[in-house]
Amino acid sequence: MKAESRLARLVVQSILLGLSLLFLFPLFWMLSTSVKPIEETMLFPPRWIPSAWHFDNYWQAITYGRDVLGYIPFFEYGKNTLLLCILGVTGAVVSNAMIAYGFARLRWPGRDFLFGVTLATMMIPFPVLMVPLFSLFKQLGWIGTFRPLWVTAWFGSAFNIFLLRQFFLTIPRELSDAAVVDGCSEFGVFRHVILPLSKPALAVVALFHFLGTWNDFMGPLIYLTDQRMFTLALGLQSYQSQAGGTEWHLMMAAATIVVLPIVVLFFFTQRTFIQGIATTGVKG
Amino acid sequence: MTRSERREMRAGIIFISPWLIGMGVFLAYPVLASVYYSFCEYSVLDKARPVGLANYADLLGDRLFWKSLFNTVYFAALSIPLGLVLALGLAILLNTGVRGLTVYRTIFFLPALIPTVALGILWLWIFNGENGILNMFLTSIGIGAPGWLTDPVWSKPALILLSMWGIGHAMVIFLAGLQDVPVHLYEAADLDGANWWHKVRHITVPMVSPVILFNLIMGIIGALQYFTLPYIMTPNGQPAHSAYFYAMYLYDNAFLYLRMGYASAMAWILFLLILALTLLSLRLAARHVHYEAAP
Repeated sequence: MKAESRLARLVVQSILLGLSLLFLFPLFWMLSTSVKPIEETMLFPPRWIPSAWHFDNYWQAITYGRDVLGYIPFFEYGKNTLLLCILGVTGAVVSNAMIAYGFARLRWPGRDFLFGVTLATMMIPFPVLMVPLFSLFKQLGWIGTFRPLWVTAWFGSAFNIFLLRQFFLTIPRELSDAAVVDGCSEFGVFRHVILPLSKPALAVVALFHFLGTWNDFMGPLIYLTDQRMFTLALGLQSYQSQAGGTEWHLMMAAATIVVLPIVVLFFFTQRTFIQGIATTGVKG
Repeated sequence: MTRSERREMRAGIIFISPWLIGMGVFLAYPVLASVYYSFCEYSVLDKARPVGLANYADLLGDRLFWKSLFNTVYFAALSIPLGLVLALGLAILLNTGVRGLTVYRTIFFLPALIPTVALGILWLWIFNGENGILNMFLTSIGIGAPGWLTDPVWSKPALILLSMWGIGHAMVIFLAGLQDVPVHLYEAADLDGANWWHKVRHITVPMVSPVILFNLIMGIIGALQYFTLPYIMTPNGQPAHSAYFYAMYLYDNAFLYLRMGYASAMAWILFLLILALTLLSLRLAARHVHYEAAP
C-alpha cells in the first residue's frame, strides 16, 4: 500500500524518524557511557557526549581481575567463543547439507515419513531435553568441557535440514542427471553440483549458527564449570554479577565488546541475513 | 528393487546417517528419559528412583510453580500481542514506498541482533532507579519515576517494554509478507473510495494473516521459555518473585536444588502448554487466516 499524498508521506516519514531515534537511543547511550569517566555517568542532567573520551575504560573492562585470575579474561572468553563458533558452524554446514541432500534428492523407503518426524521434533522445547542431556554428558565425562556445546552441531538440526532441503528442491534435476551421465558419483553430484549452487542457503545456516553460538547463554551456563573456559556471553554475565551495579562505564564497555563483532558482521552480510529471515518466515 | 534403486537407497541412508544418530542420541533418547525422570526422584548424583505421580502432585501444591507460571503467562499475554501490533505497524509504514527503507529497516532490526546478555546489561543501566536515563527523563518532565526492576509492580511491565525493542525479527518477516500482497487489491479499494484504515483492516491484515499466525506461534514458543534476560536482570526473580519466570524455576530445580525429576515434570507441563496454545492458534487460524489460492 503506497502513501499517495504529500501529507501522508510526511506523516509516515516523521513517525519513522521519531521511532528510529527511539530505537537507536539505547545503543547510543551504551557507547556514550562506555567512554565516560565514572563521575559523568551519574550527572543530572545527563551529559550526552563525554567531556573527554576514556577509551582506557575498554582496556580496564577487558582485563578486569587479571591479577587474581592470572590471565586476561575477555581475551580468553573471545578465544573460547571463536573456537566454539568455528567447530559448531563447520559441523552445522557439513552435516545439515548432507542430511538435507539425502532428504531432497535421493529416494528411499520411509523418507517422507522420517522427514515428517524431523519437522515434528522442532516442537520439542529445550527444557524437555535439558536434564537427560546433562546426565548423558555427565556420564560421558563431558561436563566442564566444550564438547556439549559443539558436538551436537555435527549431527544435524531439524530447522536447518528443512531450510536446506527446500533450497535443494529448487535446483533442476537435469543438472544432477547430467553429472551422473558424465560419470559423477552420488557424492560427486552433491559436492560439485549441489553445494556450489547452494552457497546462499549454506551462508544462512552458517550465519545463524554463528549467531546462535555467540549469543548462547544457557548452554555455557549449564555445561561449563571453569571460569577460564567461559564464553563471551557467560563471561559478560559473570563480570556483571561480580562488579555490576556501580561501574556502569565499564559494564557498557564490556557489553560493547560483545555487541560490536555481531553488528559489524551484520553490516557485511545484511542481504543474506534479511533474506534468510524473510524466507524462513514466509515460505516456511 | 532394481540395482540402481538399491544403490540410491544406500546412498540416501549414508547421507542422512548423521541425523539418524543425532535424532536417536540427542532427541529420542532424551525425550524418553525425560518422561521417565518426570516420574522419578533424581538428583543426577544417584540413580533415578521411581516415585509415581509424586512430582506432578507436588507441583499442584507448589506456590512458586503457580507464581512462575502466572508471571510467564502475564508476560506472554502482553508482550506477544503488543509486539505483533508494533512489528506489523512498522512493516506497514515501511511498505508505503517511503524513502530510506533499507536504512529504517536496519535501524529497527539492529536491536534484535544484540546478544541477550549485553542487551540485559544495557537495559539494567537504562532502568536503573537512581542514575538510569529513563528515570532522569521521567523526573525532568515531572512524572513519578518507579524503581522499575526493583519494584514488584513495575518489574514485569519493564521487561515487556524492553521486549518491544526486539521486534525487528518479526518486522522483517512481516515486511517480506507485505511485499507479496498484490497492488491491484489496493487499487480496486481506492476506486471504491476506501480510506487507509479500511485497506489495512480488509486487505493488508487478511493477506498477511498466515505471517501473523507464524509470528504468533514463534512468539508463544519464545515467551513461554523466557529465561536469559530475567536471569540476568532480575536474579532469582526478585523483587518478591515478581519476575520469576517458569523456565527460571525449572532451571533452579534442575541445577540449583538438583531436583531433576521435578524439573522434568515441569518441562513436560511446559511442552503440553506450548502444544495446547499452538493447536489453539491453528484452530483459530482455520477460521480467520486467509490463504491465497494458488493461481
